[in-house]
Amino acid sequence: MLRITRLVLDPLLAGVLSLVVLAALLAVSGYPVADSLSALWRGAFGSWSVIASGTVVRATPLLFAGLAVAIAFRAGVLNIGAEGQLLIGAAAATAAAMLVPPSLGLAGAVVVLLAGAVAGGVWASIAAVLRLRFGVLEVISTIMLNVIALNVTGLLVRGPLQEPTRVFPQSALIDQALRLPRLVPGTRLHLGVALAVCSALGLAWFLRYTASGFRLRMTGANAAAAASAGGIDVPRVLLTALITSGAIAGLGGAVEVSGVTYALYENLSPGYGYTAIAVALLARLNPASAIGSALVFGALEAGASAMQRDAQVPAGMVGVVEASVILVLLASEWLGGRVRVRRSLNRGGTPLAETARSAQTTA
Amino acid sequence: MTAPALADFLDASIRSATPLLFAALGETVAERSGVINVGIEGTIIAGCLAGLVAASVVGPNAALVAAGIAGVAIALIFVLVAIGLAADQIITGTAITMLGLGLTGTLYRVIYGDAGAALSAPTLSSIGIPILQDIPIVGRALFRQPLPTYLAELMVPAIWWWLYRTQSGLAIRATGENPAASRASGISPRKVQTIAALFGGLCGGLAGGTLVLAQVGTFAEGMSAGRGFVAIAVVALGRWHPVGVAMAALIFGMASALQFLFQALDLDLPYQIFLALPYLLTLLALALSRGRYRAPAALGARPMARDA
Amino acid sequence: MVIPSGTHRTVNAPAPRLALDGISRQYGSVIALAAASLSVERGEVHALLGENGAGKSTLMKIVYGLEQPDGGTMRVDGVITQVRSPRDAMRQGIGMVQQHFALVDALTVAENVALGGSGSLDLRATRARIREISADAGLPIDPDARVSSLAVGAQQRVEIVKALSRDTTMLILDEPTAVLAPQEATELLAWTRRFAAGGGTVILIAHKLREVLSVADRITVLRKGRTVYTSRATDATESMLADAMLGAAGVVLPDPVAGATTARATTARTPAGTAAKTAAATAARTTGSSTARVGDVLVLSNVSITDGQGVQRVRDASVTVRSGEILGVAAVEGAGQHELLRVMAGRTAPTHGSVTLPSDVGFAPEDRHRDAIVLDATLTENVALKGAGRRQGIMHWNAFRDATRTLMHTRDVRASDEAAVMQTLSGGNQQKLVLGRELADAPAVLVVENPTRGLDIRATADVHAALRSARDQGTAVIVYSSDLDEVLALADRVIVVAAGRVREVPADRESVGRAMLVVTG
Repeated sequence: MLRITRLVLDPLLAGVLSLVVLAALLAVSGYPVADSLSALWRGAFGSWSVIASGTVVRATPLLFAGLAVAIAFRAGVLNIGAEGQLLIGAAAATAAAMLVPPSLGLAGAVVVLLAGAVAGGVWASIAAVLRLRFGVLEVISTIMLNVIALNVTGLLVRGPLQEPTRVFPQSALIDQALRLPRLVPGTRLHLGVALAVCSALGLAWFLRYTASGFRLRMTGANAAAAASAGGIDVPRVLLTALITSGAIAGLGGAVEVSGVTYALYENLSPGYGYTAIAVALLARLNPASAIGSALVFGALEAGASAMQRDAQVPAGMVGVVEASVILVLLASEWLGGRVRVRRSLNRGGTPLAETARSAQTTA
Repeated sequence: MTAPALADFLDASIRSATPLLFAALGETVAERSGVINVGIEGTIIAGCLAGLVAASVVGPNAALVAAGIAGVAIALIFVLVAIGLAADQIITGTAITMLGLGLTGTLYRVIYGDAGAALSAPTLSSIGIPILQDIPIVGRALFRQPLPTYLAELMVPAIWWWLYRTQSGLAIRATGENPAASRASGISPRKVQTIAALFGGLCGGLAGGTLVLAQVGTFAEGMSAGRGFVAIAVVALGRWHPVGVAMAALIFGMASALQFLFQALDLDLPYQIFLALPYLLTLLALALSRGRYRAPAALGARPMARDA
Repeated sequence: MVIPSGTHRTVNAPAPRLALDGISRQYGSVIALAAASLSVERGEVHALLGENGAGKSTLMKIVYGLEQPDGGTMRVDGVITQVRSPRDAMRQGIGMVQQHFALVDALTVAENVALGGSGSLDLRATRARIREISADAGLPIDPDARVSSLAVGAQQRVEIVKALSRDTTMLILDEPTAVLAPQEATELLAWTRRFAAGGGTVILIAHKLREVLSVADRITVLRKGRTVYTSRATDATESMLADAMLGAAGVVLPDPVAGATTARATTARTPAGTAAKTAAATAARTTGSSTARVGDVLVLSNVSITDGQGVQRVRDASVTVRSGEILGVAAVEGAGQHELLRVMAGRTAPTHGSVTLPSDVGFAPEDRHRDAIVLDATLTENVALKGAGRRQGIMHWNAFRDATRTLMHTRDVRASDEAAVMQTLSGGNQQKLVLGRELADAPAVLVVENPTRGLDIRATADVHAALRSARDQGTAVIVYSSDLDEVLALADRVIVVAAGRVREVPADRESVGRAMLVVTG
């Protein structure tokens, strides 16, 4: 019971909080509050078509990335690289789509998605190896990799993956047969949405009911005890968590290409990886709650473009709202127990240094 | 390779390194006190916008000060949440970065309109030291630089003195290693960390101001381009020591300036490679500099409850 | 002061150096101090006694400004004073050496001593002052040494010199002998007498009656946050103090800390001699029977251990442990026992040498919160933690819940139910759960490290009983405690770790005490 009410109440609470913060910001900057908010609302929930083609579709990459962040944070790994992993996944998916014969149809689409997941996992494994073998903080390395991923994408869309006329920095459209089918004709609601929801529920089940998921949770809660009392191979858990995290983000990128954009271009991700952190935190790192959380942010972002279009409010305002929401949640300790991502490291009093040192004494 | 090309390269390296040096020096002090501020990026971009806006009002020199103040303001939010309320430093820092980027993007549009045309701010010109600036190859790089560069260079020994030769510096170093010990010695770890973090914000703001006022001459959303994160890497690379950090910043400046060198050598590579290079270099350098990876022992630890 | 006879003028005796009255302090629902009072005269060594959890440390932290009282008054030299921070305390000439040293490992001795000082930083002057104080007080330390390289006894001296350098005239020492070898402890206590003789005041927090009676002028006893007894040391006996510490007279004391029960009975209420006590303790020990199989279950051969920083911690150690015995490990802090225990528990591998271990070794480490339990998780999850590394497939939570309930019942773990969060349990209950978990599968070997640290008398007794019963059922139990008395009371055999070398010694206080201290050439 408690869990279900949490699932519904948390996103509602966050939604309300976001609106309050937004209203305050609008008032302070001199924008017409009522008009802007109603534009936002219309953009997010104005009609079923808007909800389906706007909010939900936007929420999908946020859900994938949010799940990626959540699973990593739960293990105590600070994956700030969902952005780059998503992009690399998108790039790999596009490349695969160019190579896979369209006659394979749905099987081909699956291959494309797999390519994205694998690529995302590999991209994350770079950070994982750097941490485990060389003691490089994943906070730093994943951010570096984000920038590198962006540039790699830029190179690809101007080089090997560029569309045939060689005019625009984007890939060719992927073949009709390899695209994800629409769930509701007339909307942009695609199969990837269902895939995202299933992933969320699957991950929630994994964490709660499998030995592997248990190991991940315990490692994140207290790595030292996990190793000493539980005999858990902490480096292996961290590696697996980070790679899985990258794979989920990569899948998200692949889904975005196969289901929404049908092509690769540089600005494919307007910061999904960073918003995903807010998504994950709001969900208190619980995969099932991430569904509601992603919807809240999806609504915000869908509404933001409408707000910019109709009320001339800069879309960047939403970024401020998201950041403020995180800060307010942090400040109110509402994020309390679950989101002590660094708790395991803090207890011994030597967090970051310990991570590096313990990384070096493993192997 | 010709002498002028080399001179250009070195000059560009120093200029490139300057904002990085500011940010990294500030973050060094913060991290020595036990605070990791992933939100430096937010302070830098705030400094960028503040520098632009203030320049048209009070001129470029005073604008630099305004940039610093803007950095402090952003850092203040970080301090309130991460130190005052003992929230997780990394998550808070990430939120601060998002806040800074979003806020500056929004304010820029609000102030300058939707078109956001490239507005040029009056920039800081180079100040040359007579005779010395004519030394071949290194003359320009060392002795004909805008004010911020000299300022940053002077900060290196100043911060060294602060950390190693003063009581307050000792307090900072002790707090970063063992806040409980600091407290038992009559020091308030919270106060020390607050000052260190705010100083970090000041330097971040100066970094942003330098970017706009001494280099680019205009503002663009997200122009900080991850420099804040590079600064964190620079601090680690420089082993949390001002001189080491200065060396590391220089290396990064060189990586960024490599583009010019290659052009001079008639090697035409896609610009993405040069953009990505500093970040690749960070990873490589951090991986290879394994040795004595000795961060301050209490870096990132939450402040103790009921602190004086 | 001479009062001429016949006058009626009342003369005030000099005010006590420190007078605490009705001090109270509560943390949420936990009452740490209820009505604590204390009066300390200038120039005396005053012992503050009480079992773990009685409030001694809290009271002193209040005096030193690390905590604030909820009620009550504090008078320094007769004047009501508010000490809001260590800085205030230092201004009053009050210094404190805590149980866990407040030193910065990465800095040098001189830097540590200079830390928190006023004015500009002059390390040369600081070094000179350190040498001066060190010579004066007879506490040898090297100002340029890095604190991380110092042995525990030396670190303690640094703390004392630091306090003295701040012109401390009233020094609070919190369980100073807990980390010292017997001889070092004696030297330290002798120093306190010298300091008091010179006009200084010492408040000694302790729980070892023998020590206290040997060095204190006056004694105050705290129990459950209240002052229950105070007298001159010459008027007190160990049994009076023990009664005051524990409550009703005639309470059975299984805990060796206050003196073995058998010892009290046989020595009939006189301050017991060391030898008599240990002899009686030995008698109590050998009556513990072992009905299980006999054989070597744990063998270390020529084991050397080098830690992550490249420092060799254990040299060429050979140890054999048989089933159905308790092997006591005695050592001063930092002698290498920490690393040795982990090799014995199978948690780390030795750098050289060989270890023969059974597959399942239980381990209850010293830092419970960091190494043994997950505070944010439920009791069931903590129990399920054991063996999690090898588990496959699905987690059968019902089975785990049942197992946890059973465990809670057999080990008397007090908590709301198996879904309670570990953090809500008291230290004693947490430790009981850990031991229960580690012993649940009747392992061949159990290693415990300072198993009763921070636990009150009742919990301590429960833990000791659990260890003995495990031994009786055939488990080989290896016990390390920094409390030598505890080791001696529990152990069938004793090994001593000193400067990385391990050897077995006869299980009496003198032999062990001597072996713990190594004279380095």
